[in-house]
Amino acid sequence: MLPAELTADNFDGYPPEARKLAVGSLSVFRRLPLTFLPNLLREIIEYDFRFPSERRTIEKELANLNSLSTQETNDWLSGFARIRLSPSLEAMDWVSDPAQFVEQLSAFLWSSQQLDDFRNAAVAYGDRLRKVVPADSPPAPRLGIAVIGKGVDEYEKPLFQKLRSYGTYFDRIKPENGLNTLLNAVTARAKSLPTAYGHWYVDGGQAASPHPAVACISYAALGAARVALSARIRNEIEKPGIGPEKLRSLLARMRPEDLGFSKEGDPILNRFQLRILTEGSGTQIFSTTFVQWTAREVLRRAQPLTLLVRFAPRQRQKPMNALLLANPANAELDPMGSLVDGDMGAYYNWINQRSLAGAEQSSFLAWFENHSQAVAIGPSMPRGTVSTESATLANLLAWMA
Amino acid sequence: MNSLVSPLVTTNRCTSEGLRPQDLGRQLAFTRREFLRAAAGLSFGSGLMASSLLPYTGIPAKRRKVVVVTFGGGARDQETLAPEGQENIPHLIRELIPQSAFFAQVVNRGILGHYVATASLATGRYETFNNFSAVPPENPTVFEYFRKDLRRPASDAWVVAPSNGFHRIGESGNRHYGAGLGAGVILPKRLLAAALSGKPGEHEHLLRDNYESPYFAPELAGHEFELQQLDAILNLSASDFRAHALTLSSPDELSVYIARRLMKQLAPSLLWITMHDIDIAHAGAYSLYIEGIRRTDRLCAELWNTIQNDPEYAGKTTLFILPDFGRDADDDGGGNGFQHHRTGDASSRTTWMMVLGAGVRAGRVFDRPIQSIDLVPTVGALMGFSPSLSQGTPVEELL
Repeated sequence: MLPAELTADNFDGYPPEARKLAVGSLSVFRRLPLTFLPNLLREIIEYDFRFPSERRTIEKELANLNSLSTQETNDWLSGFARIRLSPSLEAMDWVSDPAQFVEQLSAFLWSSQQLDDFRNAAVAYGDRLRKVVPADSPPAPRLGIAVIGKGVDEYEKPLFQKLRSYGTYFDRIKPENGLNTLLNAVTARAKSLPTAYGHWYVDGGQAASPHPAVACISYAALGAARVALSARIRNEIEKPGIGPEKLRSLLARMRPEDLGFSKEGDPILNRFQLRILTEGSGTQIFSTTFVQWTAREVLRRAQPLTLLVRFAPRQRQKPMNALLLANPANAELDPMGSLVDGDMGAYYNWINQRSLAGAEQSSFLAWFENHSQAVAIGPSMPRGTVSTESATLANLLAWMA
Repeated sequence: MNSLVSPLVTTNRCTSEGLRPQDLGRQLAFTRREFLRAAAGLSFGSGLMASSLLPYTGIPAKRRKVVVVTFGGGARDQETLAPEGQENIPHLIRELIPQSAFFAQVVNRGILGHYVATASLATGRYETFNNFSAVPPENPTVFEYFRKDLRRPASDAWVVAPSNGFHRIGESGNRHYGAGLGAGVILPKRLLAAALSGKPGEHEHLLRDNYESPYFAPELAGHEFELQQLDAILNLSASDFRAHALTLSSPDELSVYIARRLMKQLAPSLLWITMHDIDIAHAGAYSLYIEGIRRTDRLCAELWNTIQNDPEYAGKTTLFILPDFGRDADDDGGGNGFQHHRTGDASSRTTWMMVLGAGVRAGRVFDRPIQSIDLVPTVGALMGFSPSLSQGTPVEELL
């Protein structure tokens, strides 16, 4: 089927809000090339489970497409229209399962050497869209915090090398009660800037109890879901004929209840955690990867005002099957390697925060837990400088504000 | 193809940084050249300053040997050649690069999955098969050209490779080449699994596998064929192999051990070794990715020393070291930095190649763009065979 043939009935399988949005956009959809539309539908089909900021982004993109004449639409999407598709792709049920279509499209673009053309078309479209429909400015400057190095007593190599040039490096921080100070700061922001899914705390181990206004995800709390997922993976890969692609498709179709998430829980948060475990490579086995990927997805999708992440020791490397089989309670940990992972993860958190609207006003703090090293980035913090001043984390937060 | 490797293409995550991909590629090459000039004392070469293997070495083509090492899993400049990454590759920087001709802009325009990309390197054409399918390359491999054109026996061309699908890389499905004309393929992890009779025990760390698709890790199964390889080809008992393996720390160390054993027993003229430890990056742990780079750096130096000290190889062997491709840039919103090679950005497509040994004018860096598929025609020109179906071009600076 081609987009021009779409009818409202095609969206009967969509969740209620998504269906309403799709049916209301039918006239737009019919004008879009097949190389483009399933990407959009992949976002829309999950609309009911999307964060508020994602919903606004989808709505604004649809409004923009709706405002374009046919000729303008063709002009905006000419790069996509030039991509050749295979008959088998055209024959797919891309309306009901746009994610599967996009996955097959990816493989086809690589094998037909059209990936660069697609990439160029996507870059051109994205740049143009951001000019016409800029992202919403945050109601207050964003604050990102990364805590790394839990469980490491001594580390002699320099930390925060990639972050230092963007802010001020401190080496005489008073670490006492540091984590509580940071958690309290997050809570205070959540209370003073109430926003749905606007304030987050992600922990690679056991999370401290956060305020209800703070969305919280932890590696430890997902232990049962991870065990259930590993068991499911083990079960599937022992079946004859299963391969990475079939397994991937199976994981993409899983629902939160398949991993034991409570139906009484927050359906949006449950769906988000499911995606972290089933889409993130390595999130099931390494807590450091889990934290970094979760932070990336929180920033990309929820676009929070506040994000505190705390890296904790991951298990040591073993063969993949052994990692999948391991009992999390008995895993041998690698605190030193996890510190290095966290150092890079903190840098990635800052890069991803920097890509959001309001970057010039946002702040970022990275701290070596229970130690004296930290780096503070923000409009009020001189770049590429080192401070030997003795300070608490509360002092740093105040200076950054 | 799995989206863990191929990109899940998106229309709203890509950003432009004001430079076209080819400009970014040139920029990468330029910075590599400057890094190397500072760190390894290389001079900037010109395309007109070609070497000439026969007059330079006096070695006729039929006696030449070539060893190809893929710097496996792909690594980025910031963890290798850039100033902040050079501590991870001390052997390349201090020992190997000063002895090499270094090509700073090797572009891979094909599919960035390890098996299919390695197959493309080996055929000189961008192969398009599914990266996770256990299929042979569609086009003739360098091993088939070598053996058919030069009438070489099966014992003269070997591949040592990680086991996820690579067992078909030795010979293609091309009906004019293919069956019986390819390289022998040894999969060290399967050898070890066979020697262990399915009881990994203390050898567990050597059986790490299949990083590109961390979800999917089929059990390694060694069997009678692998045990015969151990005995008949490597002249190694299962018990000796098990004992030696306990002294090794990773699958790539196991591969290098097997490669050395092959060199000692058969002294193949064409030997291809695919490293893979670095690809643990797909699991997202930066420290393990760095460990992989440091180990691969050391193993490359050990291989070069082996070549230098083995009379069968010394003075007549050209060593090629190159990643199959790079990894995604930190600031490409479609990827996740070092973890994957999904985006097809300049960082993931642009890599390097160093060439050492017989016929190579050492200490020069060339930053004109070449392609990864140029490897096969270059090896063909060095060894005297004609890779007629390759789409690459011989690298003239090496001829």
